[in-house]
Amino acid sequence: MPELAATRSTPRGPIAWVGQILLYGAFAAFIVVFSNWPEYRHLAADEAVIKISFIHTGQPVSDCVRQTAEELAKLPPNMRRPTRCPRERSPIVVAVDIDDVNVLTDSAEPSGLSKDGASAVFRRLVVPAGERHISVRLSDDVRARDTPYERDEVLALAPGQILVIDFDASQGGITFK
Amino acid sequence: MHHRSAGLRQRGLKGWQSIERLFDAAFGSRFNPLRHLGAIGVIAILLLAASGTILYIVLDTSASGAHRSIDTLAAHPAGRLLRGMHRYSADVLVIALGLHLLREFLTGHERGFRRVSWLTGIPLVAFVFFAAIGGFWLNWDQLGQYSATATAEWIDALPLLAAPMSRNFLVADAVSDRLFSLFIFVHIGVSLMLVFGLWFHVRRISRPSVMPPRRLVLGLVGVLAAMALAWPIASHAPASLASVPSALRLDWILLFIHPLMDATSPGFTWALVGGGFLVLFALPFMPQPRPAAVAVVDPANCNGCQRCFADCPYAAITMVPHPNQRVGRLLAQVDPDLCASCGICAGACPSSTPFRRAEDLLTGIDMPQSTIDQLRRRLRESIAASTARRPLVIFGCQHGASTTDMAASDVSNLELLCAGQLPPSFVEYALRDGAAGVLVAPCRECDCEFRFGERWTIDRLLGRREPHLRAGVADGRLALVPASKGDEPALAASLARLREQVESMPLEASLGSRRRHA
Repeated sequence: MPELAATRSTPRGPIAWVGQILLYGAFAAFIVVFSNWPEYRHLAADEAVIKISFIHTGQPVSDCVRQTAEELAKLPPNMRRPTRCPRERSPIVVAVDIDDVNVLTDSAEPSGLSKDGASAVFRRLVVPAGERHISVRLSDDVRARDTPYERDEVLALAPGQILVIDFDASQGGITFK
Repeated sequence: MHHRSAGLRQRGLKGWQSIERLFDAAFGSRFNPLRHLGAIGVIAILLLAASGTILYIVLDTSASGAHRSIDTLAAHPAGRLLRGMHRYSADVLVIALGLHLLREFLTGHERGFRRVSWLTGIPLVAFVFFAAIGGFWLNWDQLGQYSATATAEWIDALPLLAAPMSRNFLVADAVSDRLFSLFIFVHIGVSLMLVFGLWFHVRRISRPSVMPPRRLVLGLVGVLAAMALAWPIASHAPASLASVPSALRLDWILLFIHPLMDATSPGFTWALVGGGFLVLFALPFMPQPRPAAVAVVDPANCNGCQRCFADCPYAAITMVPHPNQRVGRLLAQVDPDLCASCGICAGACPSSTPFRRAEDLLTGIDMPQSTIDQLRRRLRESIAASTARRPLVIFGCQHGASTTDMAASDVSNLELLCAGQLPPSFVEYALRDGAAGVLVAPCRECDCEFRFGERWTIDRLLGRREPHLRAGVADGRLALVPASKGDEPALAASLARLREQVESMPLEASLGSRRRHA
């Protein structure tokens, strides 16, 4: 039988045992340490979060138009409706001021290929905790000259608190939760 | 640029091999965890599946009940063991996966016939992280809340969803049992996709190494169990969507992507992750060395014995009916896309015996760039040219320890594509032809470039695998020295020992029938 040299055999003896214990120990220590440490704080102790989020379908981009008799005559009988309304919806424009400083102005386009779906917005703002004057304006109609929805409040934000600014037409529009 | 990156890779490989040798010193090459990284990953997946199945059975998987249920479980040592094993196995999986990827890159294994294995392995990285991150949500504590909201904000950065995913985590009422069912579906579903992807990843190789040696499995499971009991995983406070979780004991191994996003931006993190995956997918298509010639079958010399079929590490050989029309006779057929050009098949072929009398040694399956006939001619010529009283022959491996430094007047140095290319009968032939001793140097155990070259060589020479070396023909005159790159000093010492050993033998015995074939 040929001789198998020592490079093949498994190391034995105390040095091998100590080596294995050290390497297993280092591996375990690496996992234990980095699965818990260092502690992570993604928000400073004196900060709060404002989440501005809503899904809302804007108003049609233009008024419905009454169709003339000639126009109706050109349509198939099943499509002869007296008025023609646009499918496309207005983008939602939202502006947020905190302590009279504008921190967000955003325009959310309607979803869908024909732009007839709801507009959605999600923004996260980190603000200093404490008493804050929060003013939110939301417009959902390109035809309107003024902003149809507004809310203006002074709120005390606790450190770590999350304030959610949403929109719910059934509750009168802009909500603070 | 290409040369610079190749230089970097070479330096990285040297560093990696130094670490492997350090581990070899403690574990031995056979039980070295760094040589079983893929299989360790599979063990971690099995532990995750086993502990996860029990957790799924015993836990309340509702939004309101999950946290309490896990706390109750953690009150018992068995529960702590189960939970710790589940979490720490996920950490082991990610570490093994990262190191496996790094090792395969450093060894240039993204190229050539391994390209498909590389490409099918890359998506597994995404599956692992997706499943791991989703697992944190199921506890629905502050850490789960942070991970879920951070992931949602990250996904929302892509224009994919009509409604922001983050809206699911705005207020407590939003996280319903129904949403929680979706979390569980994602966690389990992606894990199942991982297993399915793993099957794709290994299906192009024969005998995939899905289980490390038992000693390593026991060591790993023992360490994980000790970690789970000594440093149990503790929950944070229950999730509260009205406030931001303050100090988090983050698992940086699994959740590092969230702080990265916090420190940069969702867009930057997407660019980094997407760019990283693009680079990984592009690597196999970068300029690479010309592929080596693949094995060629000679139907006239193939008797259909299936030994090459059994020994091929990459399932590149299939057996088809022999064109000579004799019923039941088979012929080996090589798939060029799968062939690694290692020559292990030529070493397995019984027709590769050098004792055949034909002037041109044509064998059943051979490597065009380094044929068995050329090997026999080189062996004959080098022994014939030797003036030493006791010539020695080294059969070395192109990928193993370099044998060039062992050049001496009494040494014939024959390098093979892989040690597995050596038909064992060449040892007997060399001794009969006048060699006083033969040294065969495959790579260290589990370090073969072609997976099984060193194993098959050792098994063939020890008579445990066909074709085997005839018993008794090389007593005291054959040294089998597994030696990888960096083992040159050990190889030289083994050669010196062999030289000393044959020097002590009577000249007649060591000479045998010298130059009988010359």
